[in-house]
Amino acid sequence: MTTLQRKTHPRTLSRFATALITAAVISASAQAVAQDDDPIKVGILHSLSGTMAISESTLKDTVEMLIEQQNEAGGLLGRQIEAVVVDPASNWPLFAERARELLAQEEVDVIFGNWTSVSRKAVLPVVEELNGLLFYPVQYEGEESSENVFYTGAAPNQQAIPAVEYLINEVGIERFALIGTDYVYPRTTNRILEAFLKDEHGVAEEDIMVNYTPFGHSDWQNIVSEIRRFGEEGKPTAVISTINGDANVPFYRELANQGIDAADIPVIAFSVGEQELSGIDTAPLVGHLAAWNYFMSVDTDANYDFIDAWIEHTGDEMSVTNDPMEAHYIGFNMWAEAVRKAGTTDVDAVKDAIIGVTVPNLSGGYAAMMPNHHITKPVLIGEVQDNGQFDIVWQTPSTVAGDAWSDYLPGSRDLIADWRKPMECGNFNVVNGSCGGSTAAEEAEAALAE
Amino acid sequence: MRRFLSLGLLCLMLLGTALTAQAQSSSSTPDDQAALALLTALDVDSYRDKGDAITAILQSDDERARDWLQALLDGRLQRTDDGRFVLVLDNRGRDWPVADALTNEPLGDMSRRDLDRIGINNALRNQLRSAIAVVDLYSPNVERRRTSADRLLGEVDGELAETLAPVIADAEDEYVRTRLAQAVAIYRAEQGDMAGVEALTGSLHPRARVALGRAANSDDAVVADAATAALAGIEQQLKINRGLETLYFGLSLGSVLVLAAIGLAITFGVMGVINMAHGELMMLGAYTTWMMQQLLPGQPGLALILSIPAGFMVAALVGIAIERGVIQFLKGRPLETLLATFGISLILQQLVRTVISPLNRTVVTPEWMSGSLVINDALSLTLNRMYVLGFALVVFAALMLIMRRTRLGLEVRAVTQNRAMARSMGIRATRVDIMTFALGSGVAGLAGVALSQLTNVGPNLGQNYIIDSFMVVVFGGVGNLWGTLVAGLSLGVINQVLEPWAGAVLAKIIVLVFIILFIQKRPRGLFPQKGRAAEG
Repeated sequence: MTTLQRKTHPRTLSRFATALITAAVISASAQAVAQDDDPIKVGILHSLSGTMAISESTLKDTVEMLIEQQNEAGGLLGRQIEAVVVDPASNWPLFAERARELLAQEEVDVIFGNWTSVSRKAVLPVVEELNGLLFYPVQYEGEESSENVFYTGAAPNQQAIPAVEYLINEVGIERFALIGTDYVYPRTTNRILEAFLKDEHGVAEEDIMVNYTPFGHSDWQNIVSEIRRFGEEGKPTAVISTINGDANVPFYRELANQGIDAADIPVIAFSVGEQELSGIDTAPLVGHLAAWNYFMSVDTDANYDFIDAWIEHTGDEMSVTNDPMEAHYIGFNMWAEAVRKAGTTDVDAVKDAIIGVTVPNLSGGYAAMMPNHHITKPVLIGEVQDNGQFDIVWQTPSTVAGDAWSDYLPGSRDLIADWRKPMECGNFNVVNGSCGGSTAAEEAEAALAE
Repeated sequence: MRRFLSLGLLCLMLLGTALTAQAQSSSSTPDDQAALALLTALDVDSYRDKGDAITAILQSDDERARDWLQALLDGRLQRTDDGRFVLVLDNRGRDWPVADALTNEPLGDMSRRDLDRIGINNALRNQLRSAIAVVDLYSPNVERRRTSADRLLGEVDGELAETLAPVIADAEDEYVRTRLAQAVAIYRAEQGDMAGVEALTGSLHPRARVALGRAANSDDAVVADAATAALAGIEQQLKINRGLETLYFGLSLGSVLVLAAIGLAITFGVMGVINMAHGELMMLGAYTTWMMQQLLPGQPGLALILSIPAGFMVAALVGIAIERGVIQFLKGRPLETLLATFGISLILQQLVRTVISPLNRTVVTPEWMSGSLVINDALSLTLNRMYVLGFALVVFAALMLIMRRTRLGLEVRAVTQNRAMARSMGIRATRVDIMTFALGSGVAGLAGVALSQLTNVGPNLGQNYIIDSFMVVVFGGVGNLWGTLVAGLSLGVINQVLEPWAGAVLAKIIVLVFIILFIQKRPRGLFPQKGRAAEG
């Protein structure tokens, strides 16, 4: 002790004092800033009532949990974060109104929200007009890239295309039944898949069956029996399901009752996750597949910590986690990282700072924000287990970067999105070298209007 | 003939030695090392290596082999962090009870973090099922032998065909014998064998059809012609079966419509109250089923039966509350009633979302209601829908009895025909209103109990059925229960006949357009009220 004291040089002492004073000044000024400034406001735009409440209400809880964790860790830029929750009530026009309320009146710094593509399309013009930030956490049909939206869910090339390649290469499937709910996501995805199957794998027209059903369809007897006959022709057959929401339970029930087993005709679903399965008795569904970028059964410590935190937050031992929740986890951390990098929550600064930001995902890898506002994700294929969980049977060797414009559709093949300077364009046509040369966007609009 | 017999004898002897070998291995347990090695071989990443390991287990003659394979198939065979193999006894929740795979000793609860599942995929699942089927061919349990024979259709190769020959000859069970003979015939027909083709004539099994299709392309003209002829006969049979199937689908959809609409036929048809919360009363019936299953864990069947009276009571009580609280003040004001009950429906939905959960609830289908009744290889009728069809008919018959044969029914008819006159005859009209509304609501609750077996139990359940219910009642003729029955069943059949060629979306539109046109022509529906009732 004494030797140490004796050795202390006067210059070191003065240096130490300066450092102390500087630190005090900085912390004082930081406090002053924090006192002047209101907390950082995060808008949550998820339906808490109406038909979509089933899926969206857990995402609201997820963002609230993430905000709590961030605040416990000292907030962001020394400021606390405050959640502003609104309820668009599963009503698409109301989504636009609530988004306007969040941006114009509440003046939130960022919005996490939306589930259906229709609601996103409704919010899009508002977010662009008022220059907001929107993090969209659900897998979607692609064919879009907005300056103000960050797509943390999967684009078709991060879910549908690898899933079909898995079926062809690993399972040896030769016949495909594309079954979906009648709206923009299944129709666009199935168009991409049909083109992909025919052009890339030479699947004949007669080996593809396409069928659409209304929202909430509950009588699947005829369609399932048709699928059964379609699969009885001697070629290995699979169903690719883009059936949305509530219609899945009666569909899977009918499959089980008509004795269609996953080993005979596997169904691979793009919209069925742990949460949807929690409403079904899964014993008869064992072996059916789902393609996602995250499963609750992922065997990493980061995931177990996330699950523990989630169970603690909800207070329900049996509550499950799912893919869009992971997307919010990634999106929130990316935004926080970008704010830290930019040193401000200013929208334009964050928008520039976030491109290239890399944060850990829950499956043991990293997600990076690409210039087209999509992120890199691993693609996982899981088989349903009798406890409502998925067993991961296959995954891409590395992460896949989201592609805003599909390579398999004629209108969008030549388009790319790049929001870095100097291009700053969401639909740049590489053939004629101009921005805004999109026919696919118009087609998507037309499909939406139908 | 003699040679055949001696071959059979040889096989019998072989089988006998295999069985004694099994008995021996069960008495001696020092081969745990070998067993551990067999299981360790399963714990690899490559699915191909796992397939080889399964074959090794199958050939090991270890008596625990079938249990291991079954556990592997069910995903219950797991490895602990310290390298032991365990069977998971129950895989719900975060901690799972386990037992040692080698000794079957229970080891208590273990955390998910400490267990590694031995994963399988669909290809291995197929392999495991076939492997278990081959083991089960010699099972003392006749049910297992039958399932195993079913499983082997289309799975037979040359080697297995030879193994099967003595089994077929020895089979005591008629079903097992014919099934196995068919399985071998499918293999033979695929090889272009005439006897195989003949044996398959008239078989409706899809694998038989595929085999005949291959035989029809055979180089041997005689075989090809025979196969083509057999196929044509089968196609004819299939058409008839398909027609029957569509009819069943239609009746089944129709029975759901009838169940949903029949309560409304009373409140709307007989009483004239437009109750937009009718769907939510059905939802309450479905939630009652879920609640009963929560109260009686492990007995889904009993819970379901008990929820029939419980669902009726819950929905009837809520119905009475709605009638007393709102509808009685809006008598003769249909527009206000419509708006008020629509408001109630939204309140009930949100109440369920807030109090229970916005997520769907799992209602388990009891064992005796799952699966289907197999008529033949091309036609099987799903059991849950058959029960619902029967239930709808029973509910309808009971309601008819109440309306025609009881005092309540008489009073209801009197009050709805001429309220003032009925009151002057000493009928307490208010009480009759309450009872009628409670009856209609209770029946909606019953519909909910039935629907819990077919579709989601969630806050949106009612919304999906309210339009259909009104459609059926109006189409059938307001105030006529028979009309509701006929309208529901016929709309179901029309819908299912249209669906295969028009698609589900278009079929629904066509049905709606048809009803609009029909109502234009006959505004009072299929069975209009006649006489004095019509004036009321």
